[in-house]
Amino acid sequence: MVKKVLMKGNEIIAQAAIEAGCKLFFGYPITPSTEIIEYLAKHLPKAGGTVLQAEDEIGAISMCYGAAATGARVMTASSSPGISLKQEGLSYCAAAELPVVVVNVNRTGPGLGGLGPMQSDYFQSTKGGGHGDYRLLVLAPSKAQELYDLTMEAFDLADKYRNPVLLLTDGFLGQMMEPVELKPKPASPEFDRSWIVNGAKGRKKRIIASYALSNEVGEAINLHWEAKYKELKEKEQRWEEFYAGDADYLIVSYGTTARIAKSVVLNARRKGIKLGLIRPITLWPFPEKAFLPYKEKIKGAVTVELNTGQMIEDVKLALECKVPVHLYRRLGGMLPTEDEILAFVEKTFCPGLEEV
Amino acid sequence: MEKVFGRSKGLSGTPFSFCPGCTHGIIMRLIAEVLEELDIIEETIGVSPVGCSGFCQDFFTCDFVSGAHGRAQAIGNGIKRALPDKIVFTYQGDGDIAGIGTQHAIHTAARGEKITSIMVNNALYGMTGGQMAPTTLKGMKTTTTPYGREVEVYGYPIDLPKIIAALDGAVYVASVSVDTPKNVLQTKKAIKKAFRVQQAGLGFALVSVLSTCPTNWGLSPQESLKWLRENMMPFYAMGELKATEEVKNL
Repeated sequence: MVKKVLMKGNEIIAQAAIEAGCKLFFGYPITPSTEIIEYLAKHLPKAGGTVLQAEDEIGAISMCYGAAATGARVMTASSSPGISLKQEGLSYCAAAELPVVVVNVNRTGPGLGGLGPMQSDYFQSTKGGGHGDYRLLVLAPSKAQELYDLTMEAFDLADKYRNPVLLLTDGFLGQMMEPVELKPKPASPEFDRSWIVNGAKGRKKRIIASYALSNEVGEAINLHWEAKYKELKEKEQRWEEFYAGDADYLIVSYGTTARIAKSVVLNARRKGIKLGLIRPITLWPFPEKAFLPYKEKIKGAVTVELNTGQMIEDVKLALECKVPVHLYRRLGGMLPTEDEILAFVEKTFCPGLEEV
Repeated sequence: MEKVFGRSKGLSGTPFSFCPGCTHGIIMRLIAEVLEELDIIEETIGVSPVGCSGFCQDFFTCDFVSGAHGRAQAIGNGIKRALPDKIVFTYQGDGDIAGIGTQHAIHTAARGEKITSIMVNNALYGMTGGQMAPTTLKGMKTTTTPYGREVEVYGYPIDLPKIIAALDGAVYVASVSVDTPKNVLQTKKAIKKAFRVQQAGLGFALVSVLSTCPTNWGLSPQESLKWLRENMMPFYAMGELKATEEVKNL
């Protein structure tokens, strides 16, 4: 077993990227994500890689686009306002099918906002974000070990599907310290490299582009992307269940709030309330499959989110609106306590309970 | 019979799709010839922009990456940082490099990125039908300055090569034209030097080429060349604007 070390969330992501064979990092500092570029500036060159602080976020993602076109493993990281600037590049990366890993340490918004945690970028992350009908594969870790493991795996997933992968964390996960096992990365499978540009030596020239001036060609390319997104939906839905099997009520929550929700489930069980948790690990594809066994069985669900109700839309779709779905949220960087979530669950689903 | 001229191996044979009298074709041919003469076609990755210049990946035989409007240099920097031993060049219009992509132009030069940029300046946005560009001259009519560019409203044109030449990381900056056979030869020399600068790893090199747009200028090809000479050449600083000692010794 590898010895556990105590590390900050952002530094865990950076170390995982090095372990995964990331050779280039292009970024621009923004709180609360800055430790990622700082850690990599110190450690990636020693591992034979390159870190470049770009002129802006648009430059950083465009550099990722260029580097990824050569087949190199490349990453960028930022926080909400910076991620907004990267949307142009992400759309182009999705269209040119370039494997880039992007980290968003979600801070509060809209606008400049503050530095605390929010899950306000859920829509932006899961519904495309930039122009055009594309999807990012979105991973939502909720603990240190997952920050490490999912960051490493993000590179393999990006290569496998030739698609940008977004690791969505927040100001809490990025700044917290927690023990983590810095395990060596399992070997990656061989990925197709027949598309990369590295000089047309002894072969025909290659072009990486995303323009399609003919509508017929445009439709064919969109159908190709659609097929890839369908495959992702089929193969990559991931989630964790916690006391869900016999539950009357489900909390659905990811990332930081899922940590709190676990305690809520245990506290509710002590009070005799059959509460369970479904924690999406992939936000896109959303784990619809997780809800199949429960949509006829449970009496209701609550999404606990740090926004005014974004993931709740996907939960309602996954449950086909067969049961009431409620939202419990805190905003602007505030986190809910276990007690206030449990009180909301009791008030919503068991209104007579407190009188017993 | 002895063959005295043929298509460069750097060109794919796809016919140029430009309007009659446009000088894009000449500039692309010169680049292709330089790549062939330096024997670097197989080592080179081009980056194309958005605009009329954005078709260039079809015309060359080297690898190409096409990206978003204005981002060619940032993309090129990413490629070069990943493959430092390869040759990377960007081919961009004036709107691309001096308008929507200005930040990349400034910082690519400031960092001394070891890439070569070719800027083609026709003083307007050609592909979208002739709108004002950052390079549109004072008083010049475009579809968005129908009464002529009024500096009180739209400000002054940008002479980007002059700005780039002021930055330490830029080691070679030239502003040339392809309006006469003599100037075509000068342009080829400048382009060749800009690629040799990259081969030697000396820093960033920019060649700006004044170009015509007869369609959107509303002039014949001959009148366009005359207009370029009488209006653009007096305004834009021409010639070798910067060549460091190392570049001169190449």
